[in-house]
Amino acid sequence: MTLIPSTARTALLEQASQRILITDGAFGTEIQNFRLSEADYAGALGLARDQKGNNDILALTKPDVPESIHRAYFAAGADIAETNTFSANRISQADYAAEHLVREINLESARLARRVADEFTARDGRPRFVAGAIGPTNKTLSLSPDVNDPGYREVDWDTLVDVYAEQTHALVEGGADFILIETVFDTLNAKAGIMAVRQVEQELGREVPIMLSMTLTDLSGRNLSGHTVEAFWYAVRHARPLTIGLNCSFGATQLRPHVKALAEIADTLIMVYPNAGLPNELGEYDEMPPTTAGLVKEWADAGQVNVLGGCCGSTPAHIAAIAQAVEGLPVRQLPHPAPLTRLAGLEPFVMAS
Amino acid sequence: MTAETTSTPRPSGSSFVNVGERTNVTGSAAFKKLILAGDYAKAVEVARQQVDNGAQVIDVNMDEGLLDAVEAMTTYLKLIAAEPDIARVPVMIDSSKWEVIEAGLKCVSGKPIVNSISMKEGEDAFLAQARKCMDYGAAVVVMAFDEKGQADTKARKVEICARAYGLLTGIGFPPEDIIFDPNVFAVATGIEEHDRYALDFIEATAEIKARCPHVHISGGLSNLSFSFRGNETVRRAMHSVFLYHAIPAGMDMAIVNAGQLDIYDQIDPVLREACEDVVLARQPAAGGEETATERLIALAESFKGRDKVAEKEAEEWRGWDVVRRLEHALVKGLDAFIVEDTEEARLLHARPIEVIEGPLMAGMNTVGDLFGSGKMFLPQVVKSARVMKKAVAHLIPYIEAQKEAGARAKGRIVMATVKGDVHDIGKNIVGVVLQCNGYEVIDLGVMVPWSKIIETAQTEQADIIGLSGLITPSLDEMVTMAEEMQRAGLTIPLLIGGATTSKVHTALRIDPAYDGPVIHVLDASRAVGVASQLLSDTQADGFIAATADEYQHVRDARAGKGASKLLSLDDARANGFVADFSEKAPPPQQPGLHVFPEWDLADLAECFDWTPFFRAWELAGTYPAILDDAVVGESARSLFADAQAMLGQIIREKWLTARGVVGLWPCARHGDDVVLHPDADELSVRLPFLRQQFAKSRGRANFCLADFIDPAGDWIGGFAVGIHGIEPHLERFRAGHDDYSDILLKALADRFAEAFAERLHAHVRTTLWGYAPGEQLTNEALIREQYRGIRPAPGYPACPDHSLKPILFDLLRATDNTGITLTESQAMLPTAAVSGFYFGHPDSQYFGVATIGRDQLQDYAARRGVDLGVAERWLRPNLD
Repeated sequence: MTLIPSTARTALLEQASQRILITDGAFGTEIQNFRLSEADYAGALGLARDQKGNNDILALTKPDVPESIHRAYFAAGADIAETNTFSANRISQADYAAEHLVREINLESARLARRVADEFTARDGRPRFVAGAIGPTNKTLSLSPDVNDPGYREVDWDTLVDVYAEQTHALVEGGADFILIETVFDTLNAKAGIMAVRQVEQELGREVPIMLSMTLTDLSGRNLSGHTVEAFWYAVRHARPLTIGLNCSFGATQLRPHVKALAEIADTLIMVYPNAGLPNELGEYDEMPPTTAGLVKEWADAGQVNVLGGCCGSTPAHIAAIAQAVEGLPVRQLPHPAPLTRLAGLEPFVMAS
Repeated sequence: MTAETTSTPRPSGSSFVNVGERTNVTGSAAFKKLILAGDYAKAVEVARQQVDNGAQVIDVNMDEGLLDAVEAMTTYLKLIAAEPDIARVPVMIDSSKWEVIEAGLKCVSGKPIVNSISMKEGEDAFLAQARKCMDYGAAVVVMAFDEKGQADTKARKVEICARAYGLLTGIGFPPEDIIFDPNVFAVATGIEEHDRYALDFIEATAEIKARCPHVHISGGLSNLSFSFRGNETVRRAMHSVFLYHAIPAGMDMAIVNAGQLDIYDQIDPVLREACEDVVLARQPAAGGEETATERLIALAESFKGRDKVAEKEAEEWRGWDVVRRLEHALVKGLDAFIVEDTEEARLLHARPIEVIEGPLMAGMNTVGDLFGSGKMFLPQVVKSARVMKKAVAHLIPYIEAQKEAGARAKGRIVMATVKGDVHDIGKNIVGVVLQCNGYEVIDLGVMVPWSKIIETAQTEQADIIGLSGLITPSLDEMVTMAEEMQRAGLTIPLLIGGATTSKVHTALRIDPAYDGPVIHVLDASRAVGVASQLLSDTQADGFIAATADEYQHVRDARAGKGASKLLSLDDARANGFVADFSEKAPPPQQPGLHVFPEWDLADLAECFDWTPFFRAWELAGTYPAILDDAVVGESARSLFADAQAMLGQIIREKWLTARGVVGLWPCARHGDDVVLHPDADELSVRLPFLRQQFAKSRGRANFCLADFIDPAGDWIGGFAVGIHGIEPHLERFRAGHDDYSDILLKALADRFAEAFAERLHAHVRTTLWGYAPGEQLTNEALIREQYRGIRPAPGYPACPDHSLKPILFDLLRATDNTGITLTESQAMLPTAAVSGFYFGHPDSQYFGVATIGRDQLQDYAARRGVDLGVAERWLRPNLD
């Protein structure tokens, strides 16, 4: 079946050919600023468990909160809004006894992000995009939680594909332009996410572009499942993603060598949205916006990035600082790697031609 | 001739990829053994070694009939994912079944290679699988195989690959992720059409590379030199010469044991040129009428490195002194001169017994040491024993004339196959091994009642009793034996061995029944170690205590485990397999009974599955790869040559008669029963089957054979085949002190029975039942059971109740029609016999019933019309 091509992909590529684009920043820390109570979270849903901390459910119980955060980031200069749906999947919502609401949460989250994006586009004519965010869940396909039974897995591929497909379907239906598979700590989980998007594409008969973002768990540059950034890229390149990159992990300083490595090999847009530095002794992020902006600007100066934003600890002020810092800088040009067979275990393996 | 060239392309560096082949059950006997034994921890180490030794990609293949390949593939891939040293390299997921490949793709986190897909089933299936590979993110090996078959000529190879390339790139498959395998076939086979196979591959490689930008070319090398199996020197030279020409043409990947390649420049120039002539299909420059193949075959003989040494030795050893000659004859298993050498030794010694205690025992000790340290293998040991027996037989009359007591043995062991069981190959092997090591063995034969064993042990003052059994009811008989030994007040050790015995069963059931030591002996190679420790003054107590502790541990672990996860029978039934009966086999072309009084032995010999033959001799590996195995290859080749010689004699001189019967009957499923002749009460027969009850994962069903039968009316078959006429020959071998030939003939008779069962099944599928009239399968495909329908046997995992055999035999009138009889434990006589049921539904498949619950036991007893105690005895192995 031929899929209807995504016009959003074309539009984003068009924008990205002219300037470095900006995605948004953290949601969790912003939501904390609202000092919401259990009653605010729970609303009238009557769920069996406490909802405080279930940020994603606010789309149903307190939609003005995520909406106002999106508005703040767009106002700060963001081109892309990431939906507040990091944990809006059946596995994570089970902890809140809210798994039956997964579809609704995603649908509403995408709708409200879409509404704000369209509102900003209507103001100045500049296209704004909505990326439907899909987190990794708290289960991993590659690792055993039981040290005595390394072959055991808490979840299997087919289950995870179903979980992701349900979320993807609702996000796309709610108006998301892309699916952002983010904070990938397990490469196989990401591959299941890619498969889920492929299934939804077939169901809907149209292309759903994928954005992928890996998170590193150690300073040598590997994620939790052990993949280097190169191996990760080869393992997910079949997704033909609109963007590939890194998020969360450490601060921008620690990410530098890995951003460079990825930028040299990936023939697609690079998107990086690091944390605002490393947390201090109290677990708070205290890196100031100009500092973050100064660090990520180095990547822009080196021609290594196409999209920048922030993760944990970042605020609209950080995003504004980044947008300002990179304004007018030249965009990264895509490399043209030779058509070689690029395989991967935990490490990359390239066959000569 | 390119001997001047010094730049030898070698399969190294990233321009040529060596794919590790040791984690492939079809390529590595050792790996297969580990996987079949469920020893995944060691199997993971095999992968680690490969990576340590420089494998750039590891090929994982679990295509083995006895395995749930999906389960094995996923289990193994998940385990190696947990090992960063292994998981760092990409995996090649290798299977002929797409289901297995897809299961593997769901476990591999990097970017793997799928091996393989092809256009065998047409373009649609090919593209569907290719699209899946794209969605999973995998490169693929594409076999040069289309709807018409495997590509043999250059033109076909190029045509198929070019067509596949067009199709794949047409759906957006990245061309650099395509690896073509244009099929390496055997050359120098003596068949003229094969002469160009290597050259066709090389030329096709260049052409494919030119026409299909960015692709890679791979191949499995071992096929090439298949006609020289047994001659490593020539094979290695052929592989190296082939790569020397194929790599520049564009071959850039091979599944090969890198250790088995020679440096091109270091190959003997004459051999190299002859290989080159064969690989490049050239007429030898030497001139004359001789073809390249003839020349290489002629040359090959002189390059049998080891043989050259052997010939030289053959001339030399006859000149040695007699003591050394005897040792040599024993170690090499040479019996041609043994009587004259023994006689010469007798004349040199004061008393004949000194020949046995001196040179003969010294020689056998060397054999025992070599076997114990894994440098000699069972067939050689049995040959050595034959030499020993002949020497001793020559000396006995002289010893008796001098009225001496026999040589003092290390110990006296009474051995027997228990009542109801007739299998004795394993027992005979253990007996031989023990005798080789200086033990006196009193072998009571097969179907020996406990009373006779105990009586013999008492009158002969035996030091040890050894019991053997192959079928599951023998396990119970062994428990009875232990109880009776206790009652008789014996205290000597009891050794337990045989295919169905296990440490767990011994610990749980036999050991508690007898206060004396009970030891499970895993295989023949352990027998000597166990016997020597049991009879040692210093080691016995420690060994016995350690074993008792170990068995107590097994019992404790078992007790702690509690009930395993079993579904209730109702739940298991609710999760039964649902077959699509619109697909069921049509009624047979020729229903009823069909008797085959004498099937052609030569026809059966053609469809032998040789792998179990080698296993019977404790040589691990798959035929034919085993003939080239680095460790047991030499031993396997020698055994195979002896087997071929005897096989020829069996066929020419009609030693054996193959008798068989087939029946095809109307039936219907009633619950878990299949009722034959459901519309004719007086003929109606009920066959109750058992259902799997353990909790299944991944949505798999709880199978029962009845699931494959349509309740609305269907057909089922039965068969029995037996190989008669073995006894006079065994008699002759025993008289000649020839255990080797005795075991060889029994093992071959078993092969005839299995081949007959396979052959008859094919006849049923294509003709008698006729649901697969056009079936065309190679012997390899038959061995892999790549056909429609199954033939499960009573007493085997899908149908574990041996007591269905009398019902089957009645239906077939098997004893009248084939001469096969049943013992009280339902073992068949003659021993080389197979019987079972035929199921024709395309979804029918083998499975293991495994553990069942008390609820099913009660239900089954009722359905079977026997009381609970009887059913319990029959099904005991399935009850814990």
